Amino acid sequence: MADATMTAPGAVTTAKTTLQDLLPKIVLAPSFAIILVFVYGFIIFTGFLSFSGSKLLPDFSTWVGFENYVRLFRHPNWIVSLQNLAIFSVLYIVICSVIGLGLAILLDQKIRGEGFLRPIYLYPMALSFIVTGVAWKWFLDPGIGLEHAMHQIGWESFSFRWIKDRDFAIYTIVIAAIWQSSGFVMAMFLAGLRGVDNEIIKAAQIDGASTFMIYRRIIIPLMRPVFLSAFVVLAHLAIKSYDLVVAMTDGGPGTSTWTPALFMTKFTFGRNEMGMGAASAMVMMMMIFAIIVPYLYSELGGHKK
Amino acid sequence: MSRPSADVATRNGVFARAFIYAVLILFVVYYLLPLYVMLVNSLKPLDEIRKGNMLALPHVWTIAPWLEAWSTAQIGVQPIGLKPYFLNSIMMVVPAVAISTLLGALNGYVLTKWRFRGDNVVFGMMLLACFIPFQIVLIPAARILGLLGLAGSVPGLILIHTVYGLGFTTLFFRNYYEAFPTELIRAAQIDGASFFQIFRRILLPSSGPIIVVTVIWQFTNIWNDFLFGSSFSSFDSIPITVALNNLVNSSTGVKAYNVHFAGAILAALPTLIVYIVSGRYFVRGLMAGAVKG
Repeated sequence: MADATMTAPGAVTTAKTTLQDLLPKIVLAPSFAIILVFVYGFIIFTGFLSFSGSKLLPDFSTWVGFENYVRLFRHPNWIVSLQNLAIFSVLYIVICSVIGLGLAILLDQKIRGEGFLRPIYLYPMALSFIVTGVAWKWFLDPGIGLEHAMHQIGWESFSFRWIKDRDFAIYTIVIAAIWQSSGFVMAMFLAGLRGVDNEIIKAAQIDGASTFMIYRRIIIPLMRPVFLSAFVVLAHLAIKSYDLVVAMTDGGPGTSTWTPALFMTKFTFGRNEMGMGAASAMVMMMMIFAIIVPYLYSELGGHKK
Repeated sequence: MSRPSADVATRNGVFARAFIYAVLILFVVYYLLPLYVMLVNSLKPLDEIRKGNMLALPHVWTIAPWLEAWSTAQIGVQPIGLKPYFLNSIMMVVPAVAISTLLGALNGYVLTKWRFRGDNVVFGMMLLACFIPFQIVLIPAARILGLLGLAGSVPGLILIHTVYGLGFTTLFFRNYYEAFPTELIRAAQIDGASFFQIFRRILLPSSGPIIVVTVIWQFTNIWNDFLFGSSFSSFDSIPITVALNNLVNSSTGVKAYNVHFAGAILAALPTLIVYIVSGRYFVRGLMAGAVKG
């Protein structure tokens, strides 16, 4: 009897403790399960699709092996998409970094009104790419935009019709994308610059180093982690670039501004080539993972004690 | 962000200072020009845009393009303006932001204060989910929404945005709670506080800044989304970004540039206001999203 009365409360406590122990996992489980299904399950689903003969709807009855990938890499539209991605991402990453670093260094010179300037450089990041696209589409449109405005003020020979030109339209998308993102890169570099240890700089100044030398030899090399972060963010935005292209040119003129993301949606939903669309999405994902996975691995690895 | 890093520049000459200010102001013009063009031309009659200079102020000021963009512009087949789509976006954004933020807070709490074997793997998988190109999930997501009976509906979009926002919200809260003293949690536990009590009484009251950052981040991303909106919406769930694109790129009739500009500003207004009101937190979110760990 005595034993029973003694153990009963104990048993209750144990049951309660077990529930308390499990509770954190119960709380986390739904989110994790959703991610497992909606991200990793879906990736596997799309992976299977890319080996199937799916056209209008998912169709797992016909298997075609690597045929979708072979057709993909032989398709002129995909080749154009890849070329555009290469042009776009190189220019976008390099110019955003140059403008971002440049503005950050200039803003770091004890500028009066910095608090006024910074938000102006950064606000485009709050806009949707569709809004940015609309603004730049009309601004660069020869009929009503910049060219028209220059003719109005008497500069009749001024010509800027890149957005209508097959060979140059992709560069207009670069211009708009840089406008949208460069302020953000500036903010990243500015935060990096403000983190530099003042003692090092003072020591260099005592040694007689010029401002230019201090930036070139000391500060910019210290910015390496920021360059890496900026590269990862911009590269990943470039591979995903879709909205801006849709809003500005929708791939035109012709197919001259197609990107992999645009190719995927056009082929899957517009041309009923779901197998090829899935294959193109797989290639996009592999490109992103090739950049992101090593980066996350080093970042997370560095945090382990 | 407020303290210039060094005395590097103080000895620069007057000429160099002038040059620096000139460059900085040049970039102010670059960043403001498109917004200026949109604003100015949204207040002009159409023939003034065609005949006049895009950079000039209106001769005749009019708010007619704004009214038209809001309530009567032709979008798709219907002359109903952007208003219904604006409301669709609000009905989609509010629940999606609330749910994903709450789940992110709970996940961050578990992942930092109730660590278990393999928690890093779980977190790593949720983090990687932030970066997938969404094209990879479009086809199966359409399928699942169909199976759930949510295809083309606002609840369907809420589900999708919640799911694909979870990675980021979890990341934000995890990094924030990581710095929160675990001793406080242990002490509360010894005093008999339960899992949820600790969360509600100890962590939530000091989570203000990260909640603001997360809500702004989610709000901006979901409001500005185009890919999911264009893939998973039907007539009565089309969000504002998709409607704006339809308005601008519909090939029928005369191009009403002034209405397009007014519509673009209308679509941008909510995120712009959030940015103006709380720019500091907005930047912090961007940085947290960019600089991992």
